Amino acid sequence: MSVSIDLATVWAFIIAFVVFVYIVMDGFDLGLGILFPLFPAKVDRDVIMNSVAPVWDGNETWLVLGGGGMMAAFPLAYAVLMPALYTPVIAMLLGLVFRGVAFEFRWRTRRERNLWDIAFAGGSLLAALAQGVALGAILQGVHVEGRHYAGGWWDWLTPFSILTGAALVVGYALLGAAWLVMKTEGELRDRAYRLSWLFLIAMLGAIGAVSIATPFLQVQYTQRWFTWPNVILTAPVPIAVAGVSALLLRSLVNKYDYQPFLLSLMLFALSYAGLGISMYPYIVPQSITIWQAASPENSQLFMLFGVAVLIPLILGYTAWAYWVFRGKVNAASGFH
Amino acid sequence: MFEALDAIVLARAQFAFTMSFHIVFPSFSIGLASYLAVLEALWVWTGREVFISLFNYWLKIFAVAFGMGVVSGIVMSYQFGTNWSAFADKTGPIIGPMMAYEVLTAFFLEAGFLGVMLFGLKRVGHRLHFLATLMVATGTLISTFWILSANSWMQTPAGYAINSDGQFVASDWLKVIFNPSFPYRLVHMVLAAYLTTALVVGAVGAYHLLRDQKLAGSRVMFSMAMWMVSLVAPIQMLAGDQHGLNTLKYQPAKVMAMEGHYQSHPNGAPLILFGLPDQAEAKVKYAIEVPKMSSLILKHSPNAPLTGLDTVPRKDWPPVPVTFWSFRVMVGMGCLIAGLGLLSLFLRWRGDLHRSRLFHLGAMAMGPAGFIAVLAGWITTETGRQPFTVFGLLRTVESVSPLAAPAVASSLIAFVVAYFALFIAGAIYILRLMALPPRPSEQGPRSDIPVRAAGITPAAGVAAEGAAI
Repeated sequence: MSVSIDLATVWAFIIAFVVFVYIVMDGFDLGLGILFPLFPAKVDRDVIMNSVAPVWDGNETWLVLGGGGMMAAFPLAYAVLMPALYTPVIAMLLGLVFRGVAFEFRWRTRRERNLWDIAFAGGSLLAALAQGVALGAILQGVHVEGRHYAGGWWDWLTPFSILTGAALVVGYALLGAAWLVMKTEGELRDRAYRLSWLFLIAMLGAIGAVSIATPFLQVQYTQRWFTWPNVILTAPVPIAVAGVSALLLRSLVNKYDYQPFLLSLMLFALSYAGLGISMYPYIVPQSITIWQAASPENSQLFMLFGVAVLIPLILGYTAWAYWVFRGKVNAASGFH
Repeated sequence: MFEALDAIVLARAQFAFTMSFHIVFPSFSIGLASYLAVLEALWVWTGREVFISLFNYWLKIFAVAFGMGVVSGIVMSYQFGTNWSAFADKTGPIIGPMMAYEVLTAFFLEAGFLGVMLFGLKRVGHRLHFLATLMVATGTLISTFWILSANSWMQTPAGYAINSDGQFVASDWLKVIFNPSFPYRLVHMVLAAYLTTALVVGAVGAYHLLRDQKLAGSRVMFSMAMWMVSLVAPIQMLAGDQHGLNTLKYQPAKVMAMEGHYQSHPNGAPLILFGLPDQAEAKVKYAIEVPKMSSLILKHSPNAPLTGLDTVPRKDWPPVPVTFWSFRVMVGMGCLIAGLGLLSLFLRWRGDLHRSRLFHLGAMAMGPAGFIAVLAGWITTETGRQPFTVFGLLRTVESVSPLAAPAVASSLIAFVVAYFALFIAGAIYILRLMALPPRPSEQGPRSDIPVRAAGITPAAGVAAEGAAI
């Protein structure tokens, strides 16, 4: 698996980076929605909502960039995958619509507040589940003929895609709990610790289950992970997962503030790297490589210029926005 | 064949439906973002209380409208892939980068600074907060730039080549971005957004003036809105005329549909004011016409020849009845809006602008006129482009995803149900905010509500919020 540095590879890494930033930013955001039913008190819910209200739509913009960027850089892959993932993608969009409007709507009404709380929780859960299912559906491969998707509109539904869907829900819940540990105080934070424990164990179980299932989906994955000399590259991933998990457990025992969230993100990063190892150089596994799907060079170059200048700028002012709203959000004093 | 046609009709219905719901929000929030920037600038400059009160009043409404625009926009960015995958594959190398630039230069700018704009006034100080408002307003305009460039390229494609995979490839990015219809469409749309916002602001001001003519906030917002309407409406008519001439040059079939010209007129074409276009018989029934007027408008000469759809192969005809009527709705609204502006100038000159109850009722009735005009205008230009997605080059039937009709039907039903529920709720919440008078010392969006809720008793926060509603 030699990695040659060409434009398509550069773009594969850019899209991978964008999707990962999305997971980092919207993962905890969706996780808060998944955890919402576990915090029935209005005071807690207000704090949870406020901890993310100033940044949530910036977080979701990375998803728009992921979609738009893929259409621009790998139009063939976008054109094949979207119809293949039709149902999960539509479900994800509807979930995001419901949870997104809830941010504003629940402050505008007393009578229907519960309704928008349900929309927020249900929408977040649906979006997370759909994203996980979509991931599983991509990994297990889709039926391509010529330049078109040639399968049915329920092909994505398999035990494996259900497993990855559940795994992502659990993972986002962990991020959400760890975010609350970082952003809240008092009783709410204590409960967030307990939930972090619970979802960490669940997530390790999920990582294990998906890791065991993935290599046996298709021949390529097995060879990729278990043959010599690839093992030299792939073996550190599970070892690092074990190490990070141990650190994360320790940070929960010691009740650290920031470490649980950052270490949870590292768990995601390692899992994500594992996915990358499995998929590369395919963008539609077993059917379309990044070179086959790539846009013409002048399209990729035209955008590369913008990305090189603008993404650092965006990360800069996004960081500033997070900085403005830094610190604990608590019921006694609100934003500091 | 029948089933394939069904899927296309359903996919088109879905795009039209989700798009129509989406476009209402940007056409309001583009103008409102600029208005908020003006209000805050006036406040920073003059220090007058009324400007920050109005800023906070409209900021709460902006937050709701913007949120709805964002979520319905995310849906749009995935529609190309889900329902129009063949289009996405073929035009991705051109449309894709433009949309990516829209996200990079506009969406992030808006989203990145929106949080500070909504909740950050006390945290970052006046000047930095004004900068955040300015960034959000700029973001909405940059977004308009890119998405209209992409849309215009589909109307008047330029600067492209076609590669061996059948994809459109840019040969000259400047020609792609600044394609022939883009400058006209951009100006026309931005002015439309400003007018739409001015009419809404004016209607809200009029509503509160009807109840209390002395309230400073109502007086200021009504006066500002009427200035905007009276200045921009005439410019918009001029811009629309120029846009029409541009369309005649590059998309003549669209203008034929707008005019209802099935037949060619070698000696000056009449302007059909009203009538019932019959696509099957290729004529406009019960037409009320002004002789030679169409040639005068389009060619600036009464006897200039104008060709009709009889010179265009029938398989390339747009659906004339829709294009014909939506165009008339748009122009009709435009005339009413310009009339409102003229009347406001007259009343202002007489000193009755804040007193005339009849005029306030009229301004209230005109509140939704901008939305109607914008929707009708978009229906005109998009149906007039049919039966192509990329005009003259890629047919709509060749653009659609290889999906079974039940899949598209199910998602269409899901969107219809969800959108009606959510957007009716959103509209009610926005109208409720608008029903409150713009009082002095108006507060911004209340991220502090739960603070008070917990600080004293939960009921106190609810009550405080209830007072705000």
